[in-house]
Amino acid sequence: MKATGQILKNATGWALPAVILLVWEIAARTGLISPNVMAAPSAVAEAFWRLLLSGELIRNIGVSTARALSGFVIGGSIGLAFGLANGLSGLSRNLTDTTLQMVRNIPHLALIPLVILWFGIDEQAKLFLVALGVFFPIYVNTLLGIQSVDPQLVEMGRVYGMSRTTLFFRVILPGALPAIFVGLRYALGIMWLTLIVAETIAASSGLGYMAMQAREFLLIDVVVLSILIYALLGKLADSFARLLERLTLQWHPAFQTA
Amino acid sequence: MSVIALSPKSDAPVKTAKDTAEARALRETTPTQWFPYAAPQARARDPRDTAFSFRDISRKFGDKTVLDNIDLDVPAGQFLAVIGKSGCGKSTLLRLLTGLDKPTTGTLTVNKGENGENRTRIMFQEPRLLPWARIAKNVEVGLTGIAGGEGAREKSLAILREVGLADRAGEWPSVLSGGQRQRVALARALVAHPYILALDEPLGALDALTRIEMQQLLERIWLQQKFTAVLVTHDVAEAVALADRVIVIDRGRIALDLDIPLDRPRRHGSPELARLEGQILDTLFGEKAG
Ligand SMILES: Nc1ncnc2c1ncn2[C@@H]1O[C@H](COP(=O)(O)OP(=O)(O)OP(=O)(O)O)[C@@H](O)[C@H]1O
Ligand SMILES: [Mg+2]
Repeated sequence: MKATGQILKNATGWALPAVILLVWEIAARTGLISPNVMAAPSAVAEAFWRLLLSGELIRNIGVSTARALSGFVIGGSIGLAFGLANGLSGLSRNLTDTTLQMVRNIPHLALIPLVILWFGIDEQAKLFLVALGVFFPIYVNTLLGIQSVDPQLVEMGRVYGMSRTTLFFRVILPGALPAIFVGLRYALGIMWLTLIVAETIAASSGLGYMAMQAREFLLIDVVVLSILIYALLGKLADSFARLLERLTLQWHPAFQTA
Repeated sequence: MSVIALSPKSDAPVKTAKDTAEARALRETTPTQWFPYAAPQARARDPRDTAFSFRDISRKFGDKTVLDNIDLDVPAGQFLAVIGKSGCGKSTLLRLLTGLDKPTTGTLTVNKGENGENRTRIMFQEPRLLPWARIAKNVEVGLTGIAGGEGAREKSLAILREVGLADRAGEWPSVLSGGQRQRVALARALVAHPYILALDEPLGALDALTRIEMQQLLERIWLQQKFTAVLVTHDVAEAVALADRVIVIDRGRIALDLDIPLDRPRRHGSPELARLEGQILDTLFGEKAG
């Protein structure tokens, strides 16, 4: 009884997208939507199958994902390191925080012309942009998280004789974790966004490049397919972050189910 | 009035009066049930041992002298209550005792463990549990640098049984009530068998009934473990019910040092307790109160 209710509830959420797909398909077939403007869902599915068989799709997804993740790891770890250092040490904060806050005000995508001048359309250009975009949300939220750790808990840790490392791992880091996760999820969004822009403007492989090539040959189904895959990858990254969050923040009242 | 709030911080007057009425009703229905524990046995350690001593201790914040040449010797195993108006320096005294703060002048001697380890514990007004650690893990914090692993787990479960929370060992602090959290904090403070336990208004935030329950628990564990207790409180009735000795701090000095030579178990509201309460209140407010 309960299970059927659950299935029904899930099904209602999917009803609207299904109807939209259906209407879209009919509109495309009857010529209501010109094939130059929008491809029919069936055409997109066909393009998906075709590119999947040729291996082109997998290769481009692989290239884009590798770029996204390596940029994320580079920018994220530097951001985390600076966030931790500046949260824990006043000296480090005084030295670097003002500078970083100033650089933060430059939209990183505005640097694209400069980055192309520096790196051409090589891999470094994309890595640099993604890393730069990911750096700030992680940095800002890690710093904020550490600064918002309850000083009473820190004092308690000291009274009980915790060493600096123990204090960090038992009190400060867990206390900062919720904020770090906020930064992480925000950074994942920025990561895909940056990569899409960078790949559309300056690349010779990857999903963005595939979309731009398709545009040249007026393959609108492939363009739509690339957009959908970007959306899917973004969703995947976010779900992964949520899962990680749920696993590590079990103690948090917001994540307690029972 | 058996619960006398000296600080505006400790509760709204209306609430205190109401809770006290409930408490009194309960007390009168079960007169012999209060503090039904054995009288103190001989202390394990020689009572002539001094747990700690303050010698001419002063603490100034800028120009402001908060503690002014305090001299205080506390024998091992004594239950000392510290009373005083808000802002008179009670917490400062405890912070000095537990090493969270240093005196401006004077010498402080505190009994350490055999290897010089810190055997002084403090319990705050708030439980200060780690929200991300389960109850048993929180109690194990009290064994930092003393025990770890399986041994620490067993010790923490044993003390949780003592405070009546063994069945909650695997839960998160956020699901416990205020009184239960404070009991976990007590367990954490006691798990390493401290020589000195400093308590900074640990029961101030609890309702009157939970407070009486906690007082009984505290007395029972103190009788068992024989540590030296230093209890800062606003509640004069609590002080005379629990302590062997009460000191009143006023304008940075010890204004009254009073022994409470009554046998345990003590009954709340007995005439001797009332007389001692009156004497303390007189010191605090001059002869007008009483
Ligand atoms: N770090 C500090 N810097 C400056 N002044 C301080 C500091 N700590 C305490 N004081 C001052 O010392 C005085 C005594 O403070 P303390 O916290 O010991 O009072 P208390 O007796 O515990 O009061 P309460 O009963 O309200 O808790 C207060 O006037 C307070 O302003
Ligand atoms: Mg205080």
